[in-house]
Amino acid sequence: MPLYHDEDQAMLADTASGFMADEGNIAKQLRHWRDRDCPDGFGHALWKQMAEMGFTGMLVDEDDGGLGMGHVEAGIVLEEIGRNLTPSPFLTSSVLAATALKHGSADLKGRFLPGLIAGDSVFAVAVDETAKHRPSRITTKAEKSGNGFKLTGSKSFVVQGASADMLVVAARTSGADDDDDGITLFAVPKDAANMSHDAVRLVDSSMAAHTKFDGVELDGDAVIGEVDGGREVLNAMLAAGRIGAAAEGVGVAAGAMDMTVDYLKQRKQFGQLIGEFQALQHRASHLYSEVEVARAVVIKAQQLLDAGSEQAELMSSVAKAKVAKAAGLSVKEGVQMHGGIGMTDEYDIGLYMKRDRALQEFLGDAHYHANRVADLSGY
Amino acid sequence: MSDLETFRSETRSWLEANCPAEMRQPVRDDDDVYWGGRNATFKNDAQKAWFEACRDKGYTVPAWPKAYGGAGLTAPEAKVLRQEMAAIGARPPLSSFGIWMLGPALLQFGTEGQKQRFLNEIARGEIRWCQGYSEPGSGSDLVSMQTFGEDKGDHWTVNGQKIWTSYADEADWIFCLVRTDKDNKYKGITFMLFDMAGGGVTTKPILLISGNSPFCETFFDDVNVPKSYGEDCPGFVGEVGRGWDVAKYLLGHEREMISGMGGGERTAAIGTAMKRHAGKTGDDLDPMLRSELALFDVDALAFTAMAEKFMDEMKSGKGHPAQPNMMKYVGTELNKRRHELMMSAGGSRSLEWDSEETRGGKAPRDWLRTKANSIEGGTSEVMLNVISKRILELPGS
Repeated sequence: MPLYHDEDQAMLADTASGFMADEGNIAKQLRHWRDRDCPDGFGHALWKQMAEMGFTGMLVDEDDGGLGMGHVEAGIVLEEIGRNLTPSPFLTSSVLAATALKHGSADLKGRFLPGLIAGDSVFAVAVDETAKHRPSRITTKAEKSGNGFKLTGSKSFVVQGASADMLVVAARTSGADDDDDGITLFAVPKDAANMSHDAVRLVDSSMAAHTKFDGVELDGDAVIGEVDGGREVLNAMLAAGRIGAAAEGVGVAAGAMDMTVDYLKQRKQFGQLIGEFQALQHRASHLYSEVEVARAVVIKAQQLLDAGSEQAELMSSVAKAKVAKAAGLSVKEGVQMHGGIGMTDEYDIGLYMKRDRALQEFLGDAHYHANRVADLSGY
Repeated sequence: MSDLETFRSETRSWLEANCPAEMRQPVRDDDDVYWGGRNATFKNDAQKAWFEACRDKGYTVPAWPKAYGGAGLTAPEAKVLRQEMAAIGARPPLSSFGIWMLGPALLQFGTEGQKQRFLNEIARGEIRWCQGYSEPGSGSDLVSMQTFGEDKGDHWTVNGQKIWTSYADEADWIFCLVRTDKDNKYKGITFMLFDMAGGGVTTKPILLISGNSPFCETFFDDVNVPKSYGEDCPGFVGEVGRGWDVAKYLLGHEREMISGMGGGERTAAIGTAMKRHAGKTGDDLDPMLRSELALFDVDALAFTAMAEKFMDEMKSGKGHPAQPNMMKYVGTELNKRRHELMMSAGGSRSLEWDSEETRGGKAPRDWLRTKANSIEGGTSEVMLNVISKRILELPGS
């Protein structure tokens, strides 16, 4: 398969780019909700519109009412989300939770997927327990209790956790904290008793929760996949989420870069356009190169994941790390090259810097993933 | 099974039957590469058998038309062949500037007669070519070159000097930029083809910091270059005075070729090899070095995907025409970094200049050689200038 979009994908890219620029743009969404101190951090009306566009259920199998598309397609939408800094539950709900639910029972799918596809429901993912992403260690416990389980522990960086209708929670049902086995994923509904959220606003104006499970009673049918066999589902969910976050990151990188290159063509100092200075030209060209390479490895990883290749795991980490580096460079150069106005809230370039920071941390930063590349490569 | 899958399985069987085990080993020494030409010798029977099998199948230049010595493979088929060769570690059967550079120029600008003659000679490894571009006073500013061909009716008499002519001392023919009009900077250059053994050509190898001499100074002293080698076979490519168009096109190919060194079909992380290497010398991989290797591998593996995407886009006419400049920039900078890390990982062993154990100081010589990657074929700084101007369309550059 060639490493570029086929005709259908190019059409989807056109549609997604137009839609997100019109409806998901910074003024209409990010600034709008931020300036109103919105407790969700995103607009439900836009989520509904994204459902009408067919985006919400793109990764859901056709048999389950979705579009049965792959990560290349989801990545197309995510890149536009990144470019417009559009706050939405797409990544957590339509990519991460939807991937986990693929492994769920017919009952679970029937309970949750229609709401997702219709844009009525929002899902969150509760994996991290410390400030850094470390899914190898799961200490939140789910003990057998009657016909079901009792969930105890706490999670952090649960993006949109307090707004979610359902949380996918990774918990330990057996073994020691660092064991690969003994993990089980649960679909925890928002009205579960003894679950509480401490919702916090993040640097990029998105909302995340510190979520406590203080003996949350769950039915046996809340289990996604197999009891004790959740690591595989968790890995599949994380791979999808990482590649999705990488795709969004490419959008952030490209959006910041385009804005900066435009600025170089308008701003005059010393009687000339600053884009005429070779010192800036070379930095902009280096940035362009890094963003291009990041874009390439993202589509490669998407295709590998869609093809079920065993290389997908390695390349998803390569992609996440590479994008973190490229997008990080893009926003830093962006603010620097904008000069003083780059520091103002009025200009959008700083918003890109904030979003990039949060996205880098989500599901593992460049250090985490570079280390994982070394681990997976045997050194 | 799709046609492409059928092709893949046929290719796999063909390679299995025709690629000797010795030719599946990494290239270790200079004579592991077969360059062809009038004076070529094979290092061993395996090299000869592999070259001949590929030559007869058209696989020295798989994507060229059959009429010119290729196998006429489509772009997807050529990709499958590359992948299958990479999978068994097969060496290229024939390396040459004819394949990488002159061939693409002739396919684009050549007459039918030129293609019939020169492409077949290249594909069959009969003639070894070298490139005459740079001059002592014309490096990055190539178009200022002065080597002059005086019009003598049916031929030109060429005088001047080229520099950095790769393997000129071993080449049979040269494709050479010669000024034919002193008053016209860009439209006064002709892309000539001539035999180096025809008289008046001297070559002098240049000793480099690596201790090797892959490049020469090449002097032209009243060299007569025919305007025609027979019917429909001119002694120049394209039009007289329009050699700069051909040269620019070719530089694009050169940049692709050089950029391939950082990626291509390579997929292995270098950290893995470095750890193995450290194990052999009784060392542990330093944790800080491991981190640097990991960050390098992220960049290198990502660039592998970029190289694949670049090839796919180029073959389908997508992608920005100036993209080879970006590939060249990133690929060469990566390759330099790769060798810096390999030197670090190798420790004092990597300092040995001619010991047998280090195969004559291969590591430090290769390391030093890579420093030229970001100079030859357009410096990194020139590449960044071109990206600024043609891709980002920044002002006044």
